[in-house]
Amino acid sequence: MTAALALGDDALVLSHRLGEWAGHAPVLEEEVALANIALDLLGQARVLLSLVGDEDELAYLREERAFRNVQLVEQPNGDFAHTIARQLFFSVYQHLLYERLAAGDGTFADLAAKAVKEVAYHRDHAEQWTLRLGGGTAESHERMQRGLDALWRFTGELFQPVEGTGVESIGVDWQALRAEWLAAVTDVVERATLTVPTGRQSGAWQAGAGRQGLHTESFGKMIAEMQHLHRSHPGASW
Amino acid sequence: MSSSIDWPLWEVFVRSRRGLSHTHAGSLHAPDAEMALRNARDLYTRRSEGVSLWVVPSTAITASSPDEKDSFFEPAGDKPYRHPTFYEIPEGVKHL
Repeated sequence: MTAALALGDDALVLSHRLGEWAGHAPVLEEEVALANIALDLLGQARVLLSLVGDEDELAYLREERAFRNVQLVEQPNGDFAHTIARQLFFSVYQHLLYERLAAGDGTFADLAAKAVKEVAYHRDHAEQWTLRLGGGTAESHERMQRGLDALWRFTGELFQPVEGTGVESIGVDWQALRAEWLAAVTDVVERATLTVPTGRQSGAWQAGAGRQGLHTESFGKMIAEMQHLHRSHPGASW
Repeated sequence: MSSSIDWPLWEVFVRSRRGLSHTHAGSLHAPDAEMALRNARDLYTRRSEGVSLWVVPSTAITASSPDEKDSFFEPAGDKPYRHPTFYEIPEGVKHL
């Protein structure tokens, strides 16, 4: 596994999930916001996957087991609060990670320098909504907490080194990244009058083997939808 | 789309580049000013239309009434001397 494949698949899969909100978001303004974030991620995915091979082949012709995204990003949208919880966990992670990559001089420095501005906005969007849902009505508070609780077990996987074994390091201190992520997420969650979930984030057993190609049940359906047009009409173009 | 959400309306003003003034771009719904600003960013500047944004609650705007159109605007119609059209414009002067 290469790091580009892991990061590219994270962006591609989350982009597709966010795209599923089109036509279904609570309000038009939010639909456009989510679509904008999805398009940012798709742009990042294209650059990253192009480092690995043909972007279309990688996106549309790989089997489920060949995807290396974390399981967090493939989780179904759920309700809006659930999507915001997923966004909060992932965008804080991606922002901190890309800041590090942009500051380095590795393969990803240029890409990350551009993407980090996009991701900073995704993070802001998720944080603003977390604060509002947490501090909103009793129902929004409860739904937001439910989203955080449901997705918490998928966050441990974020801090497994994406390099895998036998691959050149991308120069990220994953333990330090995790500590910074936890502090940032805790800060937002507590300001939103919500509770940081306890329970297993990692340990002897942990959810998340996406980097090894093992995915959760709904992922198969998601890529079936994502790939069906390309597979039905090979080589079709606009 | 749920119509049960009763968010206030905001007017959006975009400055397209430095030196120009903010221009009305449209309106949107948002729960508060901070979110209105973000929605405005997504709706009105996604194709690099702007470098600065204002959002104003629509209720804060006092508009002239169509009924007053004649008394408000018509008297200016027959006063062409108020237009600076009688000056020779030196060559090379742009944006006049």
